[in-house]
Amino acid sequence: MVHGEAWTIKEFFVYPNEYIYWTIQIVMYPFMTGLVAGAFVLSSLYHVFGVKQLKDIARFSLVFSFALLPVAMMPLLFHLLQPQRGIYVMLTPHFSSAIAAFGIVFTTYGMIVASELWFVYRKYFVETALELRKVGGRTFGQHFRHLLYSILTLGAWDISEHALERDEKAVRVLAGGGIPVACFLHGYAGFIFGSVKANALWMTPLMPVIFICSAVVSGIALCMITYIVTMEIRKLIVAWKRKQYPELPSPEELKSAEVQVVTMTARYLIMFLILAITLELLDLIFRGYTAVKSWDILRSVIYGKDFVSIFILQYGIGNLVPFILFLLPRLTIRRAVVGTMLVLLGVFMMRWNVVIGGQAFSSSFAGFMEYRLPIWPGSMELYREGLFGALTVAVTPFILFWILTKILPVFDVKDSH
Amino acid sequence: MITRRNFCKKTMLLVGGLAIPLAAFELFDPKKLLADKSDNARERWVFLVDTYKCTGCGFCVKACKIENEVPYDANVTRTWVERYVITKDGRTFADTPKGARDGFTTGKIALGEGMFQEIGNEDIDKAFFVPKLCNQCDNPPCVQVCPVGATYQTADGVVLVDRTWCIGCGYCIMGCPYGVRFFHPVYHVAEKCNFCYHRITKGMKSACVDACPFDARRIGNIKDPDDPVTKIIMTERVGILKEEYGTKPQVFYIGLSKEVK
Amino acid sequence: MKNHVWRPLYVALGIVAMILVARELYVPKDFGIHERGYMYGWHRKSDETYWKNFKVKYKTSEYCKGCHEDKYADIKGSPHGNIMCENCHGPALGHPADPPTLTIDRSRELCVRCHSYLPYKTSGRGKIRGINPETHYPEAECVMCHYPHNPKREAKK
Repeated sequence: MVHGEAWTIKEFFVYPNEYIYWTIQIVMYPFMTGLVAGAFVLSSLYHVFGVKQLKDIARFSLVFSFALLPVAMMPLLFHLLQPQRGIYVMLTPHFSSAIAAFGIVFTTYGMIVASELWFVYRKYFVETALELRKVGGRTFGQHFRHLLYSILTLGAWDISEHALERDEKAVRVLAGGGIPVACFLHGYAGFIFGSVKANALWMTPLMPVIFICSAVVSGIALCMITYIVTMEIRKLIVAWKRKQYPELPSPEELKSAEVQVVTMTARYLIMFLILAITLELLDLIFRGYTAVKSWDILRSVIYGKDFVSIFILQYGIGNLVPFILFLLPRLTIRRAVVGTMLVLLGVFMMRWNVVIGGQAFSSSFAGFMEYRLPIWPGSMELYREGLFGALTVAVTPFILFWILTKILPVFDVKDSH
Repeated sequence: MITRRNFCKKTMLLVGGLAIPLAAFELFDPKKLLADKSDNARERWVFLVDTYKCTGCGFCVKACKIENEVPYDANVTRTWVERYVITKDGRTFADTPKGARDGFTTGKIALGEGMFQEIGNEDIDKAFFVPKLCNQCDNPPCVQVCPVGATYQTADGVVLVDRTWCIGCGYCIMGCPYGVRFFHPVYHVAEKCNFCYHRITKGMKSACVDACPFDARRIGNIKDPDDPVTKIIMTERVGILKEEYGTKPQVFYIGLSKEVK
Repeated sequence: MKNHVWRPLYVALGIVAMILVARELYVPKDFGIHERGYMYGWHRKSDETYWKNFKVKYKTSEYCKGCHEDKYADIKGSPHGNIMCENCHGPALGHPADPPTLTIDRSRELCVRCHSYLPYKTSGRGKIRGINPETHYPEAECVMCHYPHNPKREAKK
């Protein structure tokens, strides 16, 4: 069977070779890079602009951004028909292609995040390594940890006041430099679509900007929700542990801090959300007003075939409802959870409507294609380009985050206040 | 407080910083690129399709699939034939069942998913067939977007795919406005019409041209002024497909109609 | 080196160096910018040879004429003279060495490619004599009554 045939339904006049070649994984790709970029921008708000209220979430979102990083590449590897050749993008890059820069931008960005993490955690690495060194008769686990942290220090053992000051300065520089790179990483994911002149829906110079704005929205939303979940767990643990260690902060203290962080972060989320929606609507109005050759088929896709996923799921449930939820006074944690979940859905649907919606019509402008998401992974192809492949991608950052927190403690009660 | 000294220092830093990315482009040496572009090739392959002559027999599609080892029963093809039927009430119907591999043997128009549209003989205003194949554009957008240099244009204008280097991202398929590209069901890399490069470089004609009993398809060398195809393109009224994309397609059509997609 | 701040940069440079080495080792030497410039001619030159050496399957009627001159003359003088032998007889490939005999397509499906009547006066199809395959002796093979090399003659019994 031809690649694409299993999930494409053709209607009216479609060229014989046309199928939905870019499927759920290409929806996941900008969604995931968006989360990476958004999480990083959020952490930079504290490091660069000194938004003090975000201190608690800043370190967290930095680690989370690092955990998301390999996952931004995963959907692409799932999608490639020759994933083992993916490295060719680095070996023989063809820079007239928007995809060619991916390897370089991605690696640069990865290095920036990794370096920033290193500076943030260097003191911790040194202290832990030195502590473990003192332990006589180390167990295998301790031995491994000692080795790991010793390597992670990269031989820089100096943790004097002066050295730590330099670390802090480096973090500021990296966080500042990382913002344009993060925006570039994602904006150019938008460019990959926006520059395809053969696709009437994708081709717009607004695409990169729309992508960045919705990326920041989704990144902030994901950080908020993960932050809330981990805080809830912490509250439970603290409540339980306080029986033995009364010096720990009370659940009420934690909760007030949590609400404060969430309210603050929600403000930034709303800002970027407004920007994203404005640009998207501008694009839509402009297309309808200029009504070039492709408008007939675009209109029947936007207002007909994809009406539910665009106007109900994306703009309605995904944008308008959370917008109201966040703007109502006295934001509660529960409302924030609902709001952020809906925002994530909205951004995901936006990616879906761009990627799948862009292939919903034939380039003959006289026929339609419908994407049937493969559910059951009956073959490798159906797994990779189906629901379970997407779920694999969605779950991985949380697993990576969990592993990372074993090495890099995110919630260190000692210095969180 | 901004002092003059400080201001100058910062400005220099900024300018210097901005110059770094510009310097990165120097590595590619635009001069060298331009020098290589000088056109010494003796051939530039072009194609001529006469839609008046085409009868929709589909022998071209059959021959192409066999000649170029595209699995016969796979629903993809390097070349195909489209049928256009315009009825008296102004509606346009178009189809290409299986790319017309088995020709058009019925008057019913395929609408996809096993649905058909019956059209009465007396309702037809005009009806014709349009063979399609790769346009070997002068500005091939598919080549422009390949991230690894796995698809490229030869000196004689044919766009080829390197099967050992293609990563299978599908960007070229998305970039082609004519829908000629697809994934090869066996090699799992991008696949497309290449004017039967193995035949034209041996002095033969492409398989579809040889298979066409009606002379509806012809291939020629636009750099040879004595080539009959060149003469027709130069002296007669020919059209191209989707000019608005700026791809400069090199497949020319006689008898193109506004209904052709 | 006193300043530890540059340590991550060294790691980064190491990774870049590794990629450059891999590139040097792995990328074929003939990979580069060729005739059509960087935008359209960035490729592995030897791939052109791969496509030039692709196997030819259809040898055209001139090839058939070498041995089957009588048949060639027969069909060339008939209204079917413009149909290439291999359209019905299959690609010659290495025939007669390999394969020794070709598979001839005598099916109705082959004939109705042209002779199923379609009322398309504005195209070449409308000028071909045609039948309705559903009503015109649907159970019979065309070659039972029609001689394919020269439709003006009756079929050989």
